[in-house]
Amino acid sequence: MTATPRQVVVTGLGATTPLGGDVASTWEGLLAGRSGVRRLTDEWVEQLPVHIAAPVAVEPPLERLEARTLDRVQQLALVAAREAWADAGTPEVDPERLAAVVGSGIGGVLTLLNQYDILRERGPRRVSPHVVPMLMPNGPAATVGLAFTARAGVHAPVSACASGAEAIGYALDMIRAGRADVAITGGSEAAIHPLPLAGFAQMQALSRRNDAPQAASRPFDKGRDGFILGEGAGALVLESAEHAAARGARVYATLAGSGTSADAYHVTAPEPSGAGAARAVRAALRSGGLTAADLVHINAHGTSTPIGDVAEAHALRAALGDALDRVAVTSTKSMTGHLLGAAGAVEAVIAVLTLRDKVVPATRNLDALDDEIDLDVVSIDNRSIPGGAVLSNSFGFGGHDVCLAFTP
Amino acid sequence: MSQSDILEGLAAILEEVAGVDPADVTADKTFIDDLDVDSLSMVEVVVAAEEKFDVKIPDEDVKSLKTVGDAVSYIQRAGVAA
Repeated sequence: MTATPRQVVVTGLGATTPLGGDVASTWEGLLAGRSGVRRLTDEWVEQLPVHIAAPVAVEPPLERLEARTLDRVQQLALVAAREAWADAGTPEVDPERLAAVVGSGIGGVLTLLNQYDILRERGPRRVSPHVVPMLMPNGPAATVGLAFTARAGVHAPVSACASGAEAIGYALDMIRAGRADVAITGGSEAAIHPLPLAGFAQMQALSRRNDAPQAASRPFDKGRDGFILGEGAGALVLESAEHAAARGARVYATLAGSGTSADAYHVTAPEPSGAGAARAVRAALRSGGLTAADLVHINAHGTSTPIGDVAEAHALRAALGDALDRVAVTSTKSMTGHLLGAAGAVEAVIAVLTLRDKVVPATRNLDALDDEIDLDVVSIDNRSIPGGAVLSNSFGFGGHDVCLAFTP
Repeated sequence: MSQSDILEGLAAILEEVAGVDPADVTADKTFIDDLDVDSLSMVEVVVAAEEKFDVKIPDEDVKSLKTVGDAVSYIQRAGVAA
């Protein structure tokens, strides 16, 4: 006989995104169908083939002294984590029962590149002594762990664009296993710089719709030509149901399960049939004791790349069969751009709000659904949905597949 | 450069790097215990002082600079030597 795993609930949400500096403004932007994609004005932009990106709407509101030893990726993580913690009612928790699990795809790449410029131009004596803790990929997790005195464990899953979702799944596992009662978890990314932009552009992964930034991110649309590099952070406070009930916490949703798998097919290309991603979706359902019939909505990974969106559609069909026909799918990356390691966390926040308000934000820029994509994608108008389970998909370079399942 | 000029310059650096109130920066204060400057920030203070006062403060000498007064004297001597 196996013991029933501890139920884990969501009690706090935080975000800073290209649509707004907090959860409320981000959600309002999504429901209004706004785009956070802009033409960059930096002088280095002209030398690149891609001139558009999705920077955060609000610069991180931190004190100068606090900000000066934190990379931007850590600053954004801290902003989202503080909002989530306050939103959860600043829970009283034994530090040894509090975990921080925050992923990032790339870590402090702005610090790495800026300090390399300083090394070359001014020599090693001018390199900041803070450079290592600022560029390490576990930096955002460490920052959040320190800020909230999380001593049950500080972890930083790194799986490219699945990092944020993987972090949330890891936090779920910690609480289920009894290694923590409360976790602050999510993902952060800040990589708008000519090197990552040039690298992604060389991969032919980015949209080149430079003259129409707000129309550039078009998941599932026939005319899609790549993703938009975005930055931001998302955070959730997860809590064992007992802990939340004992302190009378407001509960948004239950994080019913998570599933992970790996393609082991190609370092960047998704397995075309979506078999790997389908296994993650099935695993998430199994982990949550759910079936395909329980689903009402999926917040897709849907990055707007020609290959990825088709593979995801195949994966969902393989995992869910005919039940998929009754599921409203959306890709909020059509509005936020692709926040890489933060994407899974921001989209988990959005999935929880979708579940709370029973409304799915329409996918922007979907003029003509790709013939190969057999999904009920919500477009033009937001759609009301009944109560039920929702999924959030995240996939990352390296063949990482992660799926989170939330229930009311 | 006079001791009071160096003290004033160090106070400005400490405020910039570690948020120390310039009024707290007196010769008898220790960097780490009294002014709460951590070891990484201390490196920044030293490098900024090298730049500001045009002196060299080798890493092996930094350990001997416990108080603000130690640093003022060191910088004054190093400035004369240069």
